[in-house]
Amino acid sequence: MSRIAVNPTRMELRRLKDRLKTAQRGHKLLKDKSDEMVRRFLSFVRENKRLREEIESDLASAMKSFMLAKAVMSGEELKQTLCLPARAASVTTGVENVMGVEVPTVSVKASGDADALPYALTSASSDLDTAVRKINLLMEKLLKLAEVEKTCDMLADEIERNRRRVNALEYVMIPELNETIKYIMMKLDENERGSLVRLMKVKSMMEQQEQ
Amino acid sequence: MNGIGKIAVIGDEGSVELFAAAGADTFPTSNEADTLRTLKSLVAKNYAVIYITENVAVFVEKQLGELKKVPFPVVIPIPSASGGNGFGLKNIKRNVEKAIGADILSDSV
Repeated sequence: MSRIAVNPTRMELRRLKDRLKTAQRGHKLLKDKSDEMVRRFLSFVRENKRLREEIESDLASAMKSFMLAKAVMSGEELKQTLCLPARAASVTTGVENVMGVEVPTVSVKASGDADALPYALTSASSDLDTAVRKINLLMEKLLKLAEVEKTCDMLADEIERNRRRVNALEYVMIPELNETIKYIMMKLDENERGSLVRLMKVKSMMEQQEQ
Repeated sequence: MNGIGKIAVIGDEGSVELFAAAGADTFPTSNEADTLRTLKSLVAKNYAVIYITENVAVFVEKQLGELKKVPFPVVIPIPSASGGNGFGLKNIKRNVEKAIGADILSDSV
């Protein structure tokens, strides 16, 4: 442990004691923040995992139907059928504050019917209908995943940063301050003892001279 | 950043075609340089949500890490037509390890 290089004076002692108080208070607050962030993070990350697993299987089934459709239709035909979507996919975006971290929110801006197909029924195979329906239904979940996953990413970063701050306070700053305060107090006591001894010595010398 | 955003999908051609039906803008890419260029241009064009299939996401892992620091755009890996390679789940695992210190989700949930 090292101490801060300061002059051992009463004023410095007072100043350091104030700093120690602030550091301890900050440490407690940051530690509480860290606990709460971890709690929130856990609930987000559980949802994230559940959503991702759901989406991965749903998407696989949509892709499978699409593959089947691709097998019966020519590539050009397929592109033509899909080039005009039944609804425009746009999202409303916003920012939410989770424990001091700005995280994004996205919600689907619904336009058109999720069940509507972007082409005439006669022009495509039924597998394509299934695939398109599935992907349209999946879009909302995908956006939810986007929101939750990003929140997790950002919270994880912030938790790590916060933990570094807590550790710096706990293992570096507070011990350093304590050490320095102890040093100053010992130095001041020593000075006091020194001057007391000097006084006693002077007094005894004066008494000897009088005799 | 309140407002209206668009959705983009980057990936191999077979995987992204389907998303066109859902109204997302699709950008087929196959190699590393292409993917990187597409991703950069989409970020510049202010897309709100960018889905990227896992098979091309591995090319731009570094960029994805940098994009995590800002709320938008949200870049999310998704499995491609040929199935996922665990890129997305690995990311969740890494987050848990970063925040908590150990992966506590793998077997409990």
